[in-house]
Amino acid sequence: MFYDVRKFRGEGLFSPTIIDLVFLVHSWLQSFKRINGSINSQVSALIEGLFNGISIGSVLLIAALGLAIVFGLMGVINLAHGELMMLGAYTTFVVQNVFKLFGEPWFDFYIVVAIPIAFLIAAVAGMILERGAIRFLYGRPLETLLATWGVSLILQQLVRSVNWLLVICLGVLCLLFFGGITTLGRRENWEIIRVRAIAFLLPIAIAIAIAMGFLLNKITALTKPWFSARNVDVTAPAWLRGGVEVLGFQMPYVRLFIIALTIICLIGVYWFLHRSAWGLRIRAVTQNRTMSSCLGIPTAKVDALTFALGSGLAGIAGCAVSLLGSVGPNTGQNYIIDTFMVVVVGGVGNLLGTVVAAMSIGIFNYLIGSGTLALFLTSIDASKPLIDFFLFFATSSMAKVMVFALIITFLQIKPAGLFPQKGRTAEL
Amino acid sequence: MSKLGRRKFLLYGSTGVVASLLLKGCAQGSDTGTGDPASSSDTSDAAPAATGDGIKVGILHSLSGTMAISETTVVDAEMLAIDEINAAGGVLGKQIIPIKEDGASDWPTFAEKAAKLIDNDKVVTVFGCWTSSSRKAVLPVFESKKHMLWYPVQYEGQECSNYVFYTGATPNQQIEPAVDWLLENKGKDFFLVGSDYVFPRTANTIIKEQLAAKGGKTVGEDYLPLGDTEVTAIITKIKVALPNGGVIFNSLNGDSNVSFFKQMQGAGLEPDKYPVMSVSIAEEEVKQIGKEYLVGHYASWNYFQTVESPENDKFVKAFKAKYGEERVTNDPMEAAYIMVYLWKQAVEAAGTTDIEAVRKAAVGQELAAPEGKVKLLPNHHISKTVRIGQVRDDGLFDIVSSSEGAVDPVPWNQYVKETKGFACDWTDPNKGGKYKV
Repeated sequence: MFYDVRKFRGEGLFSPTIIDLVFLVHSWLQSFKRINGSINSQVSALIEGLFNGISIGSVLLIAALGLAIVFGLMGVINLAHGELMMLGAYTTFVVQNVFKLFGEPWFDFYIVVAIPIAFLIAAVAGMILERGAIRFLYGRPLETLLATWGVSLILQQLVRSVNWLLVICLGVLCLLFFGGITTLGRRENWEIIRVRAIAFLLPIAIAIAIAMGFLLNKITALTKPWFSARNVDVTAPAWLRGGVEVLGFQMPYVRLFIIALTIICLIGVYWFLHRSAWGLRIRAVTQNRTMSSCLGIPTAKVDALTFALGSGLAGIAGCAVSLLGSVGPNTGQNYIIDTFMVVVVGGVGNLLGTVVAAMSIGIFNYLIGSGTLALFLTSIDASKPLIDFFLFFATSSMAKVMVFALIITFLQIKPAGLFPQKGRTAEL
Repeated sequence: MSKLGRRKFLLYGSTGVVASLLLKGCAQGSDTGTGDPASSSDTSDAAPAATGDGIKVGILHSLSGTMAISETTVVDAEMLAIDEINAAGGVLGKQIIPIKEDGASDWPTFAEKAAKLIDNDKVVTVFGCWTSSSRKAVLPVFESKKHMLWYPVQYEGQECSNYVFYTGATPNQQIEPAVDWLLENKGKDFFLVGSDYVFPRTANTIIKEQLAAKGGKTVGEDYLPLGDTEVTAIITKIKVALPNGGVIFNSLNGDSNVSFFKQMQGAGLEPDKYPVMSVSIAEEEVKQIGKEYLVGHYASWNYFQTVESPENDKFVKAFKAKYGEERVTNDPMEAAYIMVYLWKQAVEAAGTTDIEAVRKAAVGQELAAPEGKVKLLPNHHISKTVRIGQVRDDGLFDIVSSSEGAVDPVPWNQYVKETKGFACDWTDPNKGGKYKV
C-alpha cells in the first residue's frame, strides 16, 4: 500500500501535497489498528482534526475564491481584495443593526439578507474600481499593484471617516459633474466642446461641493462618523451560536455555516463559469482576448463583470469572517496574505487548484499548530527527534513558520502551483 | 499640439488643486464634528502667547495609527481633567495649556515628539504613552533632559525611572491578585493564551512562577501573532489540556480577542467550565467584541465603571456630559484622569512648576480617586485597589472581588529570578531605582 502510493509520484498524477495527505491518513489508519482499545476516541480525534482543518481551509477558500477569479482569470493583482472583504463585513454590521430595529423573530435571519447585500455592495465597489482605475492598467501588473494598494488605503480611511457630510459632498459633486456632462453630451458639438466643458464643470462642481461642506460643517448630526476608527461588533444570530455534538466533540454552527456557504459559492461560481452564456464569454476572453473581441464579445463588459464577480465573492467572504473575527478598518489586511498564498499554491487560473490549496494549507496549519501531528507521532512510536521537531512547531506562531517553509519548498518544485495551465493559454 | 498640451495641463492642474481642497474641507468637517481631540490642539496652542501666564503641559499619545483607538480615549480623560482644573481656577492661579503631539503609533516618532515638547514648547511635564515600546522609546529623552513623564497604563513592571511617574498597575496590582483569586475560586489548572510580544510573555513568565510557588499548574500556553484571527488550533489545545474544564488566562491584545471569544463559544467552551480571565479587556473592548460572547467571563483591573463611590459617580457623569451618553469609562482612562490631578497637587505642594521641586513634592501625594484612595509612593508608582469583574448582560462589569484597601506597587517582580529581592526608592539617594533589599 505504502509503495503503491509512492509510485504515483513519478507519474505526476498527484501533487506532493496530496500524496503527503494520503500518506498521513494512511499512517493514521495504521495507528488505529495498532492501538487496540480506545478506537472510538481515535476516530473522534481523526474526525475532529479533519473537521477543524477543513473549517480553517474553508475560511481561506471563501476568502481566496474571489481573488482566484480576479487574479487567476484576469491576471490582476488586486491588493484591495481584503478591503472589499471589509466592505462586506461592514455591510453585515449595518444589516444587523437594521434588523435589530425589527425585533426578535426577524433578527435571527439578518445573516441571510446580509449575504446577498454584501455581495451586491462589494460587486458595485469592485465594478467602480475596475471602470475607474484598473481598466487603464491592464497588462501592467506593477502599476495595478500600486494602484490597488492605494485604493485599499483609501477604502480603509473611508470607513474610518465616512459621515453624512462626506457622502453629501461627494453626492453633490457627482450629481453636478456627471449630470452636467450628460446634459451637455446631448448637444451636437459635444466632441468639440468636451475638454472645455470638463474644464469648466469640474471646478464649479468641486467649488459648490466644498462650499456645501463648509456650510453644513456646523451640523453635528451630519459630521458624526458612521463607524469611526474603532472596531464594531457583529454578533451571530442565536441559531449560529454554540454547536452540535458529534462523536464527543462539538462542531460549531458558525463553522458548519461557513463550510456550507463556501460549497454553495463554489458550485455557484462553477455553474456561472461553465454553464452560463456570460461564463462562456469570460472563459473565451481569458483564453484569447483578441480572437474573442473579433468574434463580437464585448471584452470591456466581460472585464467589468469578471471583476465585479470576484469582488462580490470577497463581499460574501467578508460577511462570513465577520462571524468569526473582528470587524474593523484593517480586517481585510489580516486575510490578504493568506489568500494570495492560496491562489499562488493552487496555480493561477484554476478553481480546483484553489480548493485543494486552501484545504491543504488549512489542514496542515491545524495539524501542526494544534500539536495533533506530534501527538500521533507519539502514538505510533516515531523516533524521538521527529516528535520533538513537531512539538517545537506546535504553537500558532511556529506553525505558520513551518507552513510558509513548506510552501516555499513546494514552489521550488512546482513554481506554477498545483495545477498549472498547460498549452497556449499558459503564455497569456 | 503645444496649445492642447497647455490646456490639458491647466485642466488637470486645476482639478488636482481643487480636489485636494475638497478633501481638506471635508476632513476638517468631520474632525470638528466628532470632537476629535486632534483638531483642538491648534486652538489651544494659540492661547499662551495671548495671555502669557498659562502653564504648558504636553500630551503625547497616538492620535493616528493602530494605537489611536485606545490612546484617544485616555486623551479624552486627560482633557476632561485639565478642563475641570481650569474651570476651578487652574493651578497656582494659572490656566493649564495642553499641547498635543501625535506619536502616530510609531515609537521613534514618540521620542522625537517628546524632545520637541521639552525643547521647543518648554512644557513643565508630559502626560503620555500607552504601549511599553513607546515608553521605552521616550525614556532616554526624559532621562537625558531630566524631565517628567506621567504614564497611565497597566504594564509588565521591571522598570523604575526617576523621571517617570506610573499611575497604571504593576503586575502585583493586577495579574498576581487575579491568579490568586482564580486559584481560590476557579481551580488549579491554568492554560495561558497571549499575543506574541513582550507584555504577554513577561506576564506569563510571572504567572508560571507564581503558579509553581502556590500549587497551581500550567497545563499549556500558546501565543498568537498580533492580528491573527484563526484560533482553532489553540482551542483544540485547550480542550486536550483541560478535558474537564479549567482556567484560561488571556493576555491577547486587539483583534485576536474578538476571534478568540467568538470561536470559544462556537466550540462549546462556556464560562462556567472554562472561565477566561483577561487583563486587556475593559469596558471599551467589551463593546467592540460584542457582550453576547463575553457574558460570564472575568477581567482584572483597578477600576471599573461600576465602582460605587461619589468620586466615580462624578467622574462618569462629567465624562458622559462632555463626550456623549454612549461612551464608557475604563481603567486606563481613570488612571489618566487621576494623574493630571496628582500632578496638580504636587505643583501646589511645591508652590512652583520647577521640575525638580515638583518631583520631590509628588511623592506622598494622596487623592480620593474614582477607584478609591491612591497614594504616590517613593518608587514613583501608586497604590491601587485591585478588583475582579465579571461581564454582565449590559456589557459593564459586576465587581465580584475587591482588595481590602489599596495594594502597594512592586515594580521589580518578586516571582522573576533576575529581579527577586530588588526594590526601588527615589526619596533616598543611597537606594535609587534598583537596590537589593
